[in-house]
Amino acid sequence: MSRFKDTVIAGIVLLLGRGRRTREPRIVPPGRPDRGAENILLVLFACSTICAGGAIAVYALDRIGNQTQYLGLSLGLAFAFLAAAFVVIGKRLVVTEELDEPYPPEGHPGVQAQLDELVEESGERFTRKRLVTMAGAGAIGTLGLALVAPAVSLGPAFDLRSFAQTPWRRGRLLVGEDGLPLKADDIEENDFYGAYAAHADRDQIGSPLVLVRLPVSQLQLPSGREHWAPEGILAYSRICTHAGCAINLYRKPLYPPAEPRPALVCPCHYSTFDPATGGTVLFGPAGRPLPQLPLEIARDGTLRAAGNFSGPVGPSWAGVRDRKASS
Amino acid sequence: MIRRTVRYLDARTASAPLLKKTLRYAFPDHWSFLLGEVALYSFVVLIGTGIYLTFFFEDSTAPTHYHGPYQALDGTEMSRAYRSVLDISFSVKAGLLMRQTHHWAADVFIAAIVLHLMRVFFTGAFRKPRELTYYLGVTMLILALLEGYLGYSLADDLLSGMGLVIGYSVALSLPFVGANFAALIWGAPFPGSASFWPRMYIAHVLILPVLIGTLLAVHLALVAARHHTQFNESQKQSERRVIGMPMFPAYVPRTLGLLFAVTAVLFLLGGLVQINPVWLWGPYHVGASTNGAQPDWYLGWLIGALRLVPGFDVVIGHYTVIPGPFWGGALFPMIVFGALYLWPYLEKRVTGDHAFHNLLQRPRDNPWRTALGCALVTWVTLVFVAGSADRVAVYVGLSYVGQIWFYRVFVWIGPVIAFLVAKRVCEELVAGERVAKIRRAAERQTEASLGIEPPGT
Repeated sequence: MSRFKDTVIAGIVLLLGRGRRTREPRIVPPGRPDRGAENILLVLFACSTICAGGAIAVYALDRIGNQTQYLGLSLGLAFAFLAAAFVVIGKRLVVTEELDEPYPPEGHPGVQAQLDELVEESGERFTRKRLVTMAGAGAIGTLGLALVAPAVSLGPAFDLRSFAQTPWRRGRLLVGEDGLPLKADDIEENDFYGAYAAHADRDQIGSPLVLVRLPVSQLQLPSGREHWAPEGILAYSRICTHAGCAINLYRKPLYPPAEPRPALVCPCHYSTFDPATGGTVLFGPAGRPLPQLPLEIARDGTLRAAGNFSGPVGPSWAGVRDRKASS
Repeated sequence: MIRRTVRYLDARTASAPLLKKTLRYAFPDHWSFLLGEVALYSFVVLIGTGIYLTFFFEDSTAPTHYHGPYQALDGTEMSRAYRSVLDISFSVKAGLLMRQTHHWAADVFIAAIVLHLMRVFFTGAFRKPRELTYYLGVTMLILALLEGYLGYSLADDLLSGMGLVIGYSVALSLPFVGANFAALIWGAPFPGSASFWPRMYIAHVLILPVLIGTLLAVHLALVAARHHTQFNESQKQSERRVIGMPMFPAYVPRTLGLLFAVTAVLFLLGGLVQINPVWLWGPYHVGASTNGAQPDWYLGWLIGALRLVPGFDVVIGHYTVIPGPFWGGALFPMIVFGALYLWPYLEKRVTGDHAFHNLLQRPRDNPWRTALGCALVTWVTLVFVAGSADRVAVYVGLSYVGQIWFYRVFVWIGPVIAFLVAKRVCEELVAGERVAKIRRAAERQTEASLGIEPPGT
């Protein structure tokens, strides 16, 4: 009973107080409802829902062609409608107020001084600050080095012999892209051939070769390489000495007005090498000639290496010229 | 409902005042302020699509054979990594959409960062007290470039291998320590040891994203700590007072709209516009390459630089100290990023301006900075364009060698021209405004002396 009475009194008080009570200031300024915008919003949400549902349907239906396209289209449109919906909310359905507030102060000089003091006072019991600091830094620094040292396990950082290793040595058979031995008669002028070391990992940077045949009269190989190109067949490392891409272009003019010299070209940065002169650079960013592999023709007509390359294969590193290609 | 949630959270975290402050944080309004948000939302899409891809990708170069719906590669020997990317593209439902959206998002992410950086640079937003925010931003750009490079390298298709061997050659070209450094990263001479792929993978999906995410959080916290900069568009905006709409309710729907719009564009691109069709190139082998290969756009400046620099190794006696790829592949980006890092300090040093700045400058307000910035942008852009000289040679027929020689000269002249033009334009714009102001004042004076009421009063 008393509960009922309380409720009635509270209700009366509320009713009486309604008109007179002073309202607390609002946070967000009032704005007028906008039924039109709300309708647009509802349509946009509906469109987004339909598109998202469509995406699920496209995903579930296996027999639909161009699934990737329809899936991207439906998901994209679902997001696009959602984006439009939120732009409508932002531009027309919530109040856009202008806040005007101070930037944070440039600094807090009082607190800065206190921090200074704090550190100063905390260290008062140390009498040999420099010595302690240096000893501490030494301990932590050495420990840091000890923690970093195992990074050396990541690779053979101090043993660079493997960088100049190739699978080539005297007598090693050349095989073509198909894995079959290459014969001297297979190599024709005006064309170029890829080759690899037989019975060795093709994905070793020292393995791939590029072969061309030039008229013997055109050859101007460096001294000491007189017998490296039997019948005018020349073998070079296929890996560009600039940035390691595989040589993929052979410029061989068939008619006089074209470029004057045959050339091997790398497709990455267009380093251009002259096969007639021992792989010297004609143009482009390469800094070293293409390493040449000495060839010999076996009695059965197959092509074999007569030794290792004229220099280290592949892109250069500091000290590269001091190394010889090794087997 | 809201009240109960707030009460619950406040009782447990005592964060109601902070929440209130956050919701009433003021955002000054200008379209160019959205560029950073576009980058942020692209990053969100990258994380989402990237997580999906990790469920299917295999980080192994162990050889296997492809047997799947893509007939052209049926039976081809390839790495497990490449096969898993083919499976994502052809066998996993929605896999290709996610892969292409991920790739597009990476391209948009970096484009948005670059535009955001240009906005910050040309308006002087990096000035005191916001230098740290700027340094973090530049650092994130470097990390994003590396992250993108690792991303398309992981696929192990022909293009990714060609990109990797170029990266390897640049690492190898570092003075004195190049080979040692490359040996540590790759674990062996190229193509590297078996653990190289897992290393790239963990860097791409964990180390770099976490680094970028952490720096991003600090970047945003620093922005909020000092509040946004603003243009001086009305009388009210000043160095002391920030004018803008509150985070809630005005800004949240707008920025959600942008998030969904960015996502929409990326999914539409991912679904409708093909990008990096890895199945066309086939697997990578050390002895294989293809013509007309181009990297993702954000590495175009480096391939341009590698092509432009003439073959030049620094050799002392018989010892190669600095191999050629160092100039274009390492020194050039070091100079560009070095200039970006040093700029706030240099500007303070030269102008002696150590004051606090909350108001932005229009590019014309600082002709020297604008002109130097334009010169840097022109320099990098010309090198970037030089990277497409081979395509121009194929499609237009201009001699490749001739073009390279043109660019070798013009990359030095172009920036000077850009500098002079930009400086002049800035000065003319400012002078024009001054004239207009004087004329308005004079007109007002004349009207007043003749007793004519200005219209509209």
